[in-house]
Amino acid sequence: MDKEYVGFAALPNQLHRKSVKKGFDFTLMVAGESGLGKSTLINSLFLTNLYEDRQVPDASARTTQTLTIERRAVEIEEGGIKVKLTLVDTPGFGDSVDCSDCWLPVVRFIEEQFEQYLRDESGLNRKNIQDSRVHCCLYFISPFGRGLRPLDVAFLRAVHEKVNIIPVIAKADALMPRETQVLKQKIRDQLKEEEINIYQFPECDSDEDEEFKKQNEEMKGSIPFAVVGSCEVVRDGGTRPVRGRRYSWGTVEVENPHHCDFLNLRRMLVQTHLQDLKEVTHDLLYEGYRARCLQNLARPGARDRASRSKLSRQSATEIPLPMLPLADTEKLIREKDEELRRMQEMLEKMQAQMQQNQAQGEQSDSL
Amino acid sequence: MSKGLPEARTDSAMSELVPEPRPKPAVPMKPVSINSNLLGYIGIDTIIEQMRKKTMKTGFDFNIMVVGQSGLGKSTLVNTLFKSQVSRKASSWNREEKIPKTVEIKAIGHVIEEGGVKMKLTVIDTPGFGDQINNENCWEPIEKYINEQYEKFLKEEVNIARKKRIPDTRVHCCLYFISPTGHSLRPLDLEFMKHLSKVVNIIPVIAKADTMTLEEKSEFKQRVRKELEVNGIEFYPQKEFDEDLEDKTENDKIRQESMPFAVVGSDKEYQVNGKRVLGRKTPWGIIEVENLNHCEFALLRDFVIRTHLQDLKEVTHNIHYETYRAKRLNDNGGLPPGEGLLGTVLPPVPATPCPTAE
Repeated sequence: MDKEYVGFAALPNQLHRKSVKKGFDFTLMVAGESGLGKSTLINSLFLTNLYEDRQVPDASARTTQTLTIERRAVEIEEGGIKVKLTLVDTPGFGDSVDCSDCWLPVVRFIEEQFEQYLRDESGLNRKNIQDSRVHCCLYFISPFGRGLRPLDVAFLRAVHEKVNIIPVIAKADALMPRETQVLKQKIRDQLKEEEINIYQFPECDSDEDEEFKKQNEEMKGSIPFAVVGSCEVVRDGGTRPVRGRRYSWGTVEVENPHHCDFLNLRRMLVQTHLQDLKEVTHDLLYEGYRARCLQNLARPGARDRASRSKLSRQSATEIPLPMLPLADTEKLIREKDEELRRMQEMLEKMQAQMQQNQAQGEQSDSL
Repeated sequence: MSKGLPEARTDSAMSELVPEPRPKPAVPMKPVSINSNLLGYIGIDTIIEQMRKKTMKTGFDFNIMVVGQSGLGKSTLVNTLFKSQVSRKASSWNREEKIPKTVEIKAIGHVIEEGGVKMKLTVIDTPGFGDQINNENCWEPIEKYINEQYEKFLKEEVNIARKKRIPDTRVHCCLYFISPTGHSLRPLDLEFMKHLSKVVNIIPVIAKADTMTLEEKSEFKQRVRKELEVNGIEFYPQKEFDEDLEDKTENDKIRQESMPFAVVGSDKEYQVNGKRVLGRKTPWGIIEVENLNHCEFALLRDFVIRTHLQDLKEVTHNIHYETYRAKRLNDNGGLPPGEGLLGTVLPPVPATPCPTAE
């Protein structure tokens, strides 16, 4: 009986213990126009005050501001698990009068993280790879518009194949319930029309109970989440204190599912899908980037393009990637190509020359 | 300015024509007693009543323009202001309705009547403003439209055979909708107001103000006022056009405390405390549009319609239009604009224009 007991049922526990010791890294990007309550929502989600010291610039300052990428890191510990959360902020997005191409710095940033990881992965010392890749992008949509604006569409199309997008409707207390439903449907329709791939929350396992499955379906159906954030606790006339916003006509409770989808967002993002977001980033988005990258490195027009795109882990180490930045490597290869071509041309000319001489020689011989 | 016609100080009397609240008439309708203390009663004080009767018959024009990004509730607010469907809401949820690629100008006229007084109201909508990725110079079509109306009026005025009542299509008031971000104005807001505050009366309003708490509202308003001041933007009522001390104190209060008005609009009615009110119903409460504790819609309405309507028209006519006219005349070397008047012998341009009879 002892012979049949192998013991790997304890594997999950071992994994768990290792992860707990190692801790988790998670990089979350927030994007959207200024004034949509992004900072407040992040503070509400993670119960921190990450944006204490920030200065909000006024309009004239923003006229000349270009989009910058800011990173803030915070360590959150809960139940013995440590999470190193990195927040990537994009102040200046959508502010200028002319916002053309204002998403390019964001795209470049995401790709740089992939590039860095690719280099680290192909390098010699792989023990302590820092994963700075963006695992999720919360995109904030204005509740005042009529769905996605042209800028929203342009941004989402630029990043949807590079990062997990979770769209949220910001400041949802601007909307009455019916307006929220209509806006959500409009956004869903627009996303489908523009063929933008947002993060798909996975189906739950078939062995979960019906109640849970139903709940899950409901949650998925309420995407994009209409959220309200607040850093203030309101005591509403004797009842327990709640996080909320107090108006003259009533108080919006952030954690009340009848008031907004904050709880759904928190549950799906933080409580259940943190790991899945990382996995999708690694298995799908990063792999896609890597394949495209390596494909471009190969000589243009070379045979076996298909086989190259299926490069296995092993062969990756044979390519001297860490040596040069990728752009330079490409240039080098192109230069070598040119050289080869020139040499080939010369060879052909010489051959033709020789043939001519031979022919002439034969003629003169025969004469 | 006006040649002896009592138009100069009629704003207080004219405002009586705007229905409710109707202040007590300053002048008795008929002489009350025969045993008067005066040496004799002439009756010129009934001129006000005559003017009022005349205006009621002819009615008056009012042209209001709304500018702002789509979705800020412009049409709903105008409908709420005039308590009628004067502005067709862009079918918000219609898939075929696309954002126009350039700013369009759409003017729709309505005649609304109240208490026997007819108002020909024209609402000028500007769909497409601020909605593109690149919004450079998107105010240009608007500026062009405003100037075109001045030009039209000028041409009519300079005609020999002038119409008795020149149709007035000039924009009397431009409501500029500020997005309630809670931070500050956006660069586009500044650009627009900088360019247009010199040609038209701009009244900035904070749209969809039900997203801000009282503290947020007051902070935001302060910041906006300061930004406007720092950038030299004069919104209506402009300081330099206050005519007397009374005006100044009244307008100072409005400029420094109330404006920009934080408004909420609605065309739906709900039952609150046994009354039917215009509002927005949310799971956490009902926002009443006309409740001063909830938003400043009532202040905006009173300001634009009940107290300053005539003044808006006067400032447009006496200041903005005059500025345009002077510029045009200067450009033409002191001669009236030649286009459209070729072949006619033109009378000398009067030193001061005759105000149009209202």
